Amino acid sequence: MRYIPNTKDNIESMIKEIGLKSEADMFKNIPLLLEEKLNLPGPLSESALIKRMKNMSDLNAHVQEYASFLGGGTYHHFIPSIISHLTGRSEFYTAYTPYQPEISQGTLQAIFEYQTFMCGLMAMDVSNASMYDGASSAAEAVLMALRTTKKLKIIISETVNPEYRRVIKTYLTGHSAEVFEIPFDKQGKTDVNKLESIIDKNTACAVIQTPNFFGIIEDLSTCESIIHKNGALLVAVFSEPIAYGLLKPPGLFNADITAGEGQSLGLPPGFGGPYLGVLVSKSKFLRSMPGRIVGETTDKNGERAFVLTLSAREQHIRREKSTSNICTNEGLCALAAAIYLSSLGKQGIRKIARINYDKSEYTRNKLSTIPGVKLKFSSPTFNEFVIETKKNSIETVTELSLNKKILAGIPIGRFYKNLSNCLLITVTEMNTKEEIENLCNGLRELNE
Amino acid sequence: MNANSRQVLWKKEPYIFEQGSSGREGISLPEEDEDFSTQNNPPLPSHLLREPINDFPEVSEVEVVRHFTRLSQWNYGVDTGLYPLGSCTMKYNPKLNEEVAKLSGFSFAHPHQPEPLSQGALHLIYELESFLSEITGMDRVTLQPAAGAHGEFAGMLMIKAYFADKKDARIKVLIPDTAHGTNPASVSMCGFKAVPVKSNKDGIVDKDTVASLMDEDVAAIMLTNPNTLGIFELNITDIADIVHKKGGFVYCDGANLNALMGIVKLGDLGIDIAHINLHKTFSTPHGGGGPGSGPVAIKNILSDYLPVPIIEKREKRYFFNYDQPKSIGKVKSFYGNFLVCVKAYAYILTMGNSGLREASKTAVINANYIRTKLKNYYHIPHDVICMHEYVFTDKNQHEYNVNTLDIAKRLIDYGFHPPTIYFPLVVKQALMVEPTETESKETLDNFINAMICIADEAKNNPDLLKNAPLNAKITRVDEVTAARNPILKWKRD
Amino acid sequence: MVFPEELKYTDQHEWTRIESDSATIGITDYAQQSLGDIVYVELPEIGTEVKKGEEFGVIESVKAASDTYSPLTGEVTEINEDLQEHPEYINQSPYDKGWIIKLKIKDSSEINDLMNSHQYQEYIKSETE
Repeated sequence: MRYIPNTKDNIESMIKEIGLKSEADMFKNIPLLLEEKLNLPGPLSESALIKRMKNMSDLNAHVQEYASFLGGGTYHHFIPSIISHLTGRSEFYTAYTPYQPEISQGTLQAIFEYQTFMCGLMAMDVSNASMYDGASSAAEAVLMALRTTKKLKIIISETVNPEYRRVIKTYLTGHSAEVFEIPFDKQGKTDVNKLESIIDKNTACAVIQTPNFFGIIEDLSTCESIIHKNGALLVAVFSEPIAYGLLKPPGLFNADITAGEGQSLGLPPGFGGPYLGVLVSKSKFLRSMPGRIVGETTDKNGERAFVLTLSAREQHIRREKSTSNICTNEGLCALAAAIYLSSLGKQGIRKIARINYDKSEYTRNKLSTIPGVKLKFSSPTFNEFVIETKKNSIETVTELSLNKKILAGIPIGRFYKNLSNCLLITVTEMNTKEEIENLCNGLRELNE
Repeated sequence: MNANSRQVLWKKEPYIFEQGSSGREGISLPEEDEDFSTQNNPPLPSHLLREPINDFPEVSEVEVVRHFTRLSQWNYGVDTGLYPLGSCTMKYNPKLNEEVAKLSGFSFAHPHQPEPLSQGALHLIYELESFLSEITGMDRVTLQPAAGAHGEFAGMLMIKAYFADKKDARIKVLIPDTAHGTNPASVSMCGFKAVPVKSNKDGIVDKDTVASLMDEDVAAIMLTNPNTLGIFELNITDIADIVHKKGGFVYCDGANLNALMGIVKLGDLGIDIAHINLHKTFSTPHGGGGPGSGPVAIKNILSDYLPVPIIEKREKRYFFNYDQPKSIGKVKSFYGNFLVCVKAYAYILTMGNSGLREASKTAVINANYIRTKLKNYYHIPHDVICMHEYVFTDKNQHEYNVNTLDIAKRLIDYGFHPPTIYFPLVVKQALMVEPTETESKETLDNFINAMICIADEAKNNPDLLKNAPLNAKITRVDEVTAARNPILKWKRD
Repeated sequence: MVFPEELKYTDQHEWTRIESDSATIGITDYAQQSLGDIVYVELPEIGTEVKKGEEFGVIESVKAASDTYSPLTGEVTEINEDLQEHPEYINQSPYDKGWIIKLKIKDSSEINDLMNSHQYQEYIKSETE
């Protein structure tokens, strides 16, 4: 076995040194030793494995081969070649969590830069070193709000990504907090009147996503004043951080905690993971933040140095009283995001956000002229929007994917019962004019 | 043995934010067609728009590449050398796995694409679940959790859901004092109360201790096997009987599964539920802190409570089943850290039954070899045949005023990553060594020699240890100032 | 290590100075030494009711965190705001500049349950053996 250097001779001499007669002596006290072999395929040679994996991979559609208009929390953005080269430096990817700062300064400085990027993009004070994904990060943000306010009522807008809402509810299973969902209005935005009527002095936080699951830019400033007037926290959630290259981010609306998905920042769709949970907050909530945080300090010689800090919040020290159980996070994904944002820089982030908005608007306008297709909501959107067609949206998607190699969008009837003829369509910088034409033609034919 | 390992000498690297100059670009975005241009679109209301982010850098591709390459050179990874971090299983991360995970059908498959067009991915998930069931001796597996602690959380929620379903309000979970910190933390996130269980003088849990704590308020015992002292919990089957008789579950933290593959099955030992760390046992890289993957394996009694969706097969077609009314819900979007699962799947196929068994056996032999060769130099609190890792302390070095941290830091000068230190908490001043199976006898001998040299230095030149590391990128850091006056992001002067 | 005679002590390593119906509370010299360099102190809000033996805050060092338990039942009347900026006062001066909270004592009979300096020193000895 090429991953195991020690030969039979090596093993024999080692066993002798240990003072045992045979390998079996090593395990003789263990009950119920296996008598039969594990029933597993393999071992496969490198070439046989590649062949098998290639065959499996070929059974999947993917956004590089299909014209993809899928988003809804996972986006197909351009990923520069340098990202996989740099994250593929094995000093980065074969290292553990940087417990020993003297030989982990690379990871530590990179994460420190990641934290700076996140604070800048979101206009917030402090960032941790990452969470699992947008959904679990949103759930941890809610737990943070419960801890700091010591109140027990949670309000979540129904325009928050349905996966995130489900995860938040699961995370609250062991907690006595109660969740209230508020519906959306005719414009596809959080119903602020409902928010105002449900919120009260016992409310820990309200969770609002912008751009929301329908791609719509929420009126965060109205929500913010209602939420803060009641002494609750504004937990802002996002799934498309590219939007904040152009749009005001939650920090500029006085959000208290912002949580969301960083997959757009240099990570492939990967059939759902690994992604990047982003969690940033105002500095007054720092001690309540879950997860690793990197800080700048000096070494004994006064040289700049980085170290994991504020660890007394964490599970390895506080055990059952820690702010969270999280240990391993998504460090390499955070590194990818730092490389991606370095490459985009000050101009690039605006440019890419603008292209997304422009292409999406173009597509939205085109689609709205097709008979039988209408825009479900009229509010301004960023790079995704909802259309309603005559046909059931699952049929539409099946038809276009099988016959035209178009991944036409997400049928959102599974998440919203009254939207079963609706499709969430996402357009990014990766979609060409030709693809957009094909989508329009496909939908036109289906709705004739 | 030389203590002159030296890290790359690129001593100073400015923050990326301090590099470049106005107007530089590091990316080429797809061309924009004129038809898309802004003029044709309704302008966004200005109160929604932001100003440019002034703190973002303006750098070229070359600068980005150099910056992160230089940073990487200040790191130490498994590819650099031995990384004997106890309970972390820092084994070699096969390059082949990285390659296959990059295949477009995996890397660029969208989680919302239609099921008929995702059969390869679904097949892989389905099959990996069955491999892991076979290795652990359990009935079902979910791949959804993103890391070990996440798996613990999902697993304990399943137990919670089971008792809620049975209208049985159990509140306590027994946790041995050798447990990882994540165990009590996960338990309290689920709303359970962690009850500590003292281990005995041999470093394992006594069945009498469990019997005295076990009552009808206890939902589960959560233990790690082998435990964090590297010792197999020999009373496990009796403990399982005691817990089961009172209606509780036996949860196993599978962080140390690397000692057991093909040797014994968790399910045979009476364990009802266990999480597995693909980023430990199944060779996927840690990435400097993730991504990981923490599948949970269960016996059928808990299958109603699995997170949704579950992957099923009907007439050669794989599909997602969301119709699980008793499910705990979801702990993560979609289906887990899929690309990590792809790597673990490739690893299992590469190893096969024989390879996995050889890996576990060799991991155990390597650990015992180090233990035997060093026991005359360093104090071992539980001097028994260990499994894949063992714990020693700085007790023999106390008279020279040298402690665990000094020993660990000095190892860096010898070119090794230090072991896990100050854990488990039941052993004062612990150093926990896990060599894994992917290290050769020569590497182990070099490590052993370095440790012997350090024991000698502790006696004859303790200052060398006190000031170690001497040749790393930096010396020891001022953690007190870091925590008292946190600087957590770069700021323009 | 110093354990002033005029103070009372708990088995959780807090001290208290009783002045009529007011109790000043901190952690002992022994406690600060075991924790090491203190980096952060979480204080309760003024007006909080605390019960004897109940947590009222947290003290963090780099590698450890320790809850602080109230020796007596009462209402928090003052907190040592200086500790926010200078947590090191607890290391430097645990009985003076490093005090943590003041309480208005509710039940003075509870004072009898506390240890005196001699008893506390015996207790530490027994704990470390």
